[in-house]
Amino acid sequence: MSKKDKPVQRPDYVKAPLSRRQFGTRIAAVLGIGGGAAYLAGAPAGWPLSMKDPTGLRSMPVHTPVQLGDYRVAKAAGVPDVVVARGGVDAETRLRMALEPLGGITHFVQPGEIVLVKPNVAFDRSPNLGATSQPELLSVLVRMLLVDARVQEVRIADNPIESPADCFAKSGIRRAVEQAGGRVYLPDSNAFKVLHTPGAKLIEQWPIFHRPLTNVDKVIGVAPVKDHNLCHASMGMKNWYGLLGGRRNQFHQDIHEIVSDLSLMMRPTLTILDGSQILMKNGPTGGDPSDVKPGDAIVCGVDPVALDAWAFEHLLERGQYYPRYLALAEQKGSGEVAWTGRVREVRA
Amino acid sequence: MSERLEQLPAYEPKRLLRLTNARIVSQVFFFVAFLLAVWATWTSRLGGYPVSRLLEMDPLVMVATALSTGYVYRFLGWGLLILALTLVLGRVFCNWICPYGTLHQFVGWLFNTRKPADRWASNRYRKIYFFKYAILTVFLIMALMGALQIGLLDPICLMYRTFATAVAPAFDGAVGTAGERLQAGGVWLDSLKFAPGVERRVFVGSFWIGLVLFVLVGMNVVIPRFFCRVLCPLGALLGVSSRFALFRINRDVHKCTDCNMCMARCEGASDPQGQLRLSECFVCFNCIDDCPEDALSYSMFAQDAKQVVPAPDFGKRKMVFAGLAGLFALPLIKNNGVNTDENYSADLIRPPGSVEEEEFLERCIKCDQCINACPTNVLQPATFAEAGVEGLWTPVMNFNIGHCQLKCTLCSEVCPTGAIRKITVEEKMGKGRYSEQGPIRLGTAFYDLGRCLPHAREIPCVVCEEVCPVSPKAIQTKDVEVKDVFGNIVVLNKPFIVPDLCIGCGICQTECPVTDSRAVYVTPVGESRSTERRLLLNNRSSSA
Repeated sequence: MSKKDKPVQRPDYVKAPLSRRQFGTRIAAVLGIGGGAAYLAGAPAGWPLSMKDPTGLRSMPVHTPVQLGDYRVAKAAGVPDVVVARGGVDAETRLRMALEPLGGITHFVQPGEIVLVKPNVAFDRSPNLGATSQPELLSVLVRMLLVDARVQEVRIADNPIESPADCFAKSGIRRAVEQAGGRVYLPDSNAFKVLHTPGAKLIEQWPIFHRPLTNVDKVIGVAPVKDHNLCHASMGMKNWYGLLGGRRNQFHQDIHEIVSDLSLMMRPTLTILDGSQILMKNGPTGGDPSDVKPGDAIVCGVDPVALDAWAFEHLLERGQYYPRYLALAEQKGSGEVAWTGRVREVRA
Repeated sequence: MSERLEQLPAYEPKRLLRLTNARIVSQVFFFVAFLLAVWATWTSRLGGYPVSRLLEMDPLVMVATALSTGYVYRFLGWGLLILALTLVLGRVFCNWICPYGTLHQFVGWLFNTRKPADRWASNRYRKIYFFKYAILTVFLIMALMGALQIGLLDPICLMYRTFATAVAPAFDGAVGTAGERLQAGGVWLDSLKFAPGVERRVFVGSFWIGLVLFVLVGMNVVIPRFFCRVLCPLGALLGVSSRFALFRINRDVHKCTDCNMCMARCEGASDPQGQLRLSECFVCFNCIDDCPEDALSYSMFAQDAKQVVPAPDFGKRKMVFAGLAGLFALPLIKNNGVNTDENYSADLIRPPGSVEEEEFLERCIKCDQCINACPTNVLQPATFAEAGVEGLWTPVMNFNIGHCQLKCTLCSEVCPTGAIRKITVEEKMGKGRYSEQGPIRLGTAFYDLGRCLPHAREIPCVVCEEVCPVSPKAIQTKDVEVKDVFGNIVVLNKPFIVPDLCIGCGICQTECPVTDSRAVYVTPVGESRSTERRLLLNNRSSSA
């Protein structure tokens, strides 16, 4: 060792004392912190506070699926399953005419309940193009629910294909239902939950626009009657598609299965088909007023399958070449296609 | 000496009603107005509010677009207001109005770690502060030749762009995350009230836009108001104009004791302690606030002609050099060859109402207000790949992310310069008096038959046909019944495009389930704004 490398003893150097107690405390601290960390990191997965993930699967996110209730109400004897009201001066008369044989709106909802009304607001289109539900009927229904049935809250919700804010604005639906006293729910990223639908083939577990369904007592579907390029017709059951989230466009690969799955997912209190602007061709988007046939029918009912079958035959005028999803829905117990004898027509 | 001390007035606390406080109120007002404008640029909030007014008031936008196009578009005449204000009061815009200046001043104040003794040194004038005049010269020369690049550094454009593409998504994300957390606790935060109505907006390349903000704001720690003093081309334009200002800071040499206190908080580094550099002065009034002798005043009369340097520190040599630099940069940018009518990117799809590409580039200031307004997130800031160097951060449509909504003209509504001309829904759809010229076409859709499920995989699909919004549909199908590889009979609706009807809205591409490289996609060929990029000579129709 050269002179230069010798450690310098500074005159003010004081040896730091390390007592036995200090030594012990430090060792204990190291053992305590280290041991605690070792427990958290190493204890088997079942032990309390264990953070160990031996397979890499424990750390995967867990979605606790929600389940939807059955929103149907019991039907009195002798009441038809489907009622068709034709004529009438306006949507309100027609809707009252159609509901009357079923027991009126008060048969379906009770005072103080929360009701979800699900229109079809899929596209950024004006109402005369027939691609979306008619704002007039929705406003009549909202008022009827609030005034006649004295429900606590009427929610209106849909998850459109185009920008939600624009679709609700330009279809005229937001304005109509908010003026009537309803509350519009638009989808945002926090509004979805994974839904478990037992028995469904394609959507046994699938994200659904759940916020408007939270604590809801009754659900009413209000759908336009539309031509559909792939499944031939979009009516009451196809309307529930608008509650799905996720990459739902894959369902076109098996469209009839998904529509029948939807009838299983949602057991609505009531389904209302609006036959005032029927989209006869170029559906489901339409886009030209000449694609639309004006009508004067409102169809209400508690059997969604019979409802769609009747409307397919009489409103879209397609005969009895029913889309396959009707038979599939019948197999899944959502209703019966054979509507003969179960439909009552009333005329003003 | 003792006599003089006795004459000194007793210490008085600063009054609340003083000019610097009025200035802060003005700055807060315009900053909040800017934030509100960015927030309100959204389909459900845009109730006719002038959300692009700060851009339209920007005199550099007015001057540069007037040079490049020969005209003054829509509301750009508002720029005269700021110009007139500067000719009377000096560069008040920079420290009373400009939200970007406010941001820099605030950050500089917040992160000021200098000791008081060093503060005045950091506000001494530096030679490099001439650089903004060089930038202005380069930009204006290029604008005169038809390449509008002011948007890269114009503070208002820069700030709108950054807030639309980098800050707003961060805000939306924060609101969304807060919403998720609160929802777990049973509280519902309606994030749509604060954030836009799409699940999450993404902006391609927004990292780089955000990085520019980070660096420029961070530079305040090194040099206070770095951007404003060194780079800002709008500040340079106002600096040139302010030499004619009637009002200015004046130093009474008889009262001044040369204590240099006025430099402690001088925002513009304009030498108020000596000969005032008029073109650098931001009129922040800090010097008047800090002068213990009451020697500084802001006045029109009784100015000391010796105590001012009116013109910028930008000699003829520098000016000629900067001009030449602009002239040489121009062909480099223009002849880059990636955005000509012969060779242009298949991803260069401009929003509806856009004027022809050459004219578009003469007008677009890259403020990205259109991108902010877009309700489906389809509009994206262009990268070099789509629009070359010249078109960096101009709007392009990315149909993987969203589609162009049929009845929406918001981007044309908010565009301050007419790069996207103001159109109506009627004109966009080619209805009414526009039926002769037909709808505005953004491009044409094509199929990748090797990836399309019904064409190549014997699997039914046709989401594209379903969502096609025109009537009659531009996507139609040939229905064939085939026996698939497993022996099942399937009906395949094999889609094809009718180019005469396709408007290039891109919803087919957005909704295509083959998500990585779409089986149906839109390219700009056939766009109606250009005859050079046209596809069909005649559009067939059933009536013809």
